Parts: sequence; C-alpha cells; structure tokens
Amino acid sequence: MSMLHIVNKSATERNSVESCLRLASKGSVVLLIEDAVYAATQGSVAAAKIQAAMADLQIYALGPDLDARGMSARVLDGVKVVDYGGFVDLVAENNTCQSWL
Amino acid sequence: MSDMMEDMEGGEGVVKKFMFVNRKAPHGTIYALEGLEVVLISAAFDQDVSMVFADDGVYELIKGMNTKGIEVKDFSRTYRALDGYDIEKLYVEKASMEARGLTEDDLIVDVTVLDSAEMANLMAEQDIVISY
Repeated sequence: MSMLHIVNKSATERNSVESCLRLASKGSVVLLIEDAVYAATQGSVAAAKIQAAMADLQIYALGPDLDARGMSARVLDGVKVVDYGGFVDLVAENNTCQSWL
Repeated sequence: MSDMMEDMEGGEGVVKKFMFVNRKAPHGTIYALEGLEVVLISAAFDQDVSMVFADDGVYELIKGMNTKGIEVKDFSRTYRALDGYDIEKLYVEKASMEARGLTEDDLIVDVTVLDSAEMANLMAEQDIVISY
C-alpha cells in the first residue's frame, strides 16, 4: 500500500508541508505543487526538513510550478521533478491520494 | 479615504505616505497580482508610495520566472516598470530574503535591503499601510 501526499501551500506560510512530512508513513510519496515547491529549493528554511524526510519518503516537485516561480535551478538534490504527465502517473501508481489543504 | 478625496478636490495635493506590504508568494494566490494592481492605481494619485517585500513576498521578485506551463500571466516584469510610475521605493526585509536562501542578485529589480529594526521604523512613519 502506498499513498501519494499532495501539498500545495508554502512551508513558510502554513504548516502543511511540515505536517505532511511528520505524518506520511515510510515509503510514501510526496508531491509538492504550487507554492509548496519552494520547500524543495536550496537555502529555504524547509530544505533541511525535506532532505531529512528523503530517507523515508520519495519527494517530487511539479516542474511547471518551479518554472513559474523562477525556482527550477534551485531544486534540492534528490527531489524528482515531474511534469503534468508525471503527476498523472503518480496518481495512477499509488493506491490512495491525500491532498493537504 | 474621504479625507484624501477632499484634499484632491481642493487641489491642495496633500501627499500622504502610503506603504504597501507584500507578504505572499506569486501565482499560488491572487494577492501578489492584485496588490501590484493597487499600487499601480495609487501612482495616479501622486502619493509618497513605498513597497515592502517581506516573508513569502520576497518570492514575487525572483528573476527568471516562466509561467507558460501553468498558463497564468507573468506579472514579475511589471515590477521593472514601477519606476516609470515614479514608484522607486522598494524595500526587502533582510531576514525574509535570507530565510529563503536568496540574495539581491536573485531579484528582478533594484531594492533597498533593510534589517527588521529599520523596516519597523519605516513602517511606523507611514500614514497608511496596506498589507497583502
């Protein structure tokens, strides 16, 4: 059983990213979209939490949202960038999705 | 606001210090774009306008945005047009910038970087503060 966790809120404005990382079980997949993509960028205060979480979770970020925010060149090593097709694949591959609003 | 309208109608041209505080990331919500629209409107009233970028608002100024993929307007270029509207006082809070791993070189416009105490003083001397 694997679960896809989708987060769309900035880690420096809401605690959605933090809660997701705390409550996602080992082996789960986390997809950061919209303002949540900032968490997966170098030098952000959330970067250390994302890096620590990568031991147990697979972390993805949505490419078009990184591009729109000028953040594509700053993505943390180990974070996998996907396009909309990749987003659909993640939804299809996992048994369950949870959107952290 | 009605005071201001009377001032304007009287032709006195009273100038108040307006500060617009931007604290939201672009694109994820409409605040950043709407806030920018209000600033542009304010330029028509010949007021003393300052713009502040703090917290996630610093992200509004990042260079190299490409919004094609998410099919929304890239309004970041509009910040470069602000000096054409005589809006030249742009301030960024140092702590907010550093917490996001950013430097002045990452920003699309020239700004004045202030520490939190300097920002607090600037805020305290305003007549009107509008925050997004």
